[in-house]
Amino acid sequence: MKSEEIKLIDSNGKRLDGRGPLDLRKIKIEAGVLHRADGSCYLEWGGNKILVAVYGPREAIPKHIQDQVKALVNARYNMASFSVEDRKRPGPDRRSREISKVISEALERVILTEQFPRTTIDVNIEVLDAEAGTRCAGLTAAGVALADAGIPMTDIPVACAAGKIDGQVVLDLGKEEDNYGDADLPVAIAPRTDEIILLQMDGHLTIEEFDKALDLAIKGCHIISKLQRKALLDRYQSLIEGGDIE
Amino acid sequence: MVVLPSQLLGDIRNNKAGRGTFIEKGKIYSERLGILSKKMGYINVVPLKGRYNPVEGDSVIGIIIETSSSSWLVDINAPYPALLHVNEVPWSIEFGDTEKYLNYGDSIMAKILMVDESKRIQLTLNDRNLHKIVGGHIIDVEPSKVPRIIGKKGSMISLLKKYTRCRIFVGQNGRIWVDGDEKGIEKVVKVVNMIENEAVSYGLTRKIESLLKKDAKDVR
Repeated sequence: MKSEEIKLIDSNGKRLDGRGPLDLRKIKIEAGVLHRADGSCYLEWGGNKILVAVYGPREAIPKHIQDQVKALVNARYNMASFSVEDRKRPGPDRRSREISKVISEALERVILTEQFPRTTIDVNIEVLDAEAGTRCAGLTAAGVALADAGIPMTDIPVACAAGKIDGQVVLDLGKEEDNYGDADLPVAIAPRTDEIILLQMDGHLTIEEFDKALDLAIKGCHIISKLQRKALLDRYQSLIEGGDIE
Repeated sequence: MVVLPSQLLGDIRNNKAGRGTFIEKGKIYSERLGILSKKMGYINVVPLKGRYNPVEGDSVIGIIIETSSSSWLVDINAPYPALLHVNEVPWSIEFGDTEKYLNYGDSIMAKILMVDESKRIQLTLNDRNLHKIVGGHIIDVEPSKVPRIIGKKGSMISLLKKYTRCRIFVGQNGRIWVDGDEKGIEKVVKVVNMIENEAVSYGLTRKIESLLKKDAKDVR
């Protein structure tokens, strides 16, 4: 896949979109944007535009899928047909089913599912516009939407990718970097404990490069975690004036 | 103060962990989005959003969603439907005659009889003031806002009743039943929406009172 003509890092050490190797793309997060959903979040991350709606906890149907001791976390990652340059055939495919599964499992780790036996918590992740790193963006937005829905959890999950382009480890790959780079490493963590809740890798990294990329991705996660918290506070702080409730 | 999930709230040595919190390695953290409240050494997080969490003894407004020969299933805005057994209603019902008394879509004022550990809920109609609802309107609000609509010792709700001459019943599950003349109901809906969207601020009761006074002509 690697094309020799494309230089992903120029002589000044700048990347294609003018970022340095340790810079994130521009991120905008907004909580509570949908009225029908129990919790929601709209996120823009570079060229990614993602809308997440959380429903639940509500009774799991059909009954035989219910877990008598805890809630099921059911994330559904879906790309809109207009989200990529060539039309994407609608409906779940191999890729989006895999992403749905890994995101469900990552979210299940932080949600206090045992408080809601026999229910499901449905997380709908809708990718409206895609430009590399949608699973990280989706998971980050899902974390905000879950908090917005008032679902009890031990942490707000956050994700960020690192990768290797032109032999150099960099943070948060863009579209061309993802397509023509050497490796992509999406990482999701619970930022309070630094516990890794999702880790995937595409491409090749040496052990040293891997360690470096992982550290870098976790650093990126912490930066984004602050943005998540700010988005939630912006949404709800204005509702509270007089301090504590009497 | 607004707190977010996983926010550090205190140490277990100086405080007790109350509702909406969890303990990890001797520290108390918030488990949900809410407002911090410290009472008698307890740290509580009062939820800002979220489903109604059924508690034994709560008065709720439910809507029948299913009838069977010896019981009804009732939607009470919780994650689970609640069960109302024929033994828990004030009428004596022959086996299979449940639909004659309460049918799909009917509303009831009920009390939560019990909630077991796997969150199976049972309701009862065998108490004072509990009955089938005939007429009136039901308003839905965020369950966490119910205490503010009731006010301190019912101050807010008695204000509303006084100025609008409506009959009002507030269910703990975030459903409010109002009956009265058209204008009164309209006013109640307006004020309830205002309370729901208004900032958590002091003197809200006074603010609402002056608003109600302004266009009230005849006060009981």
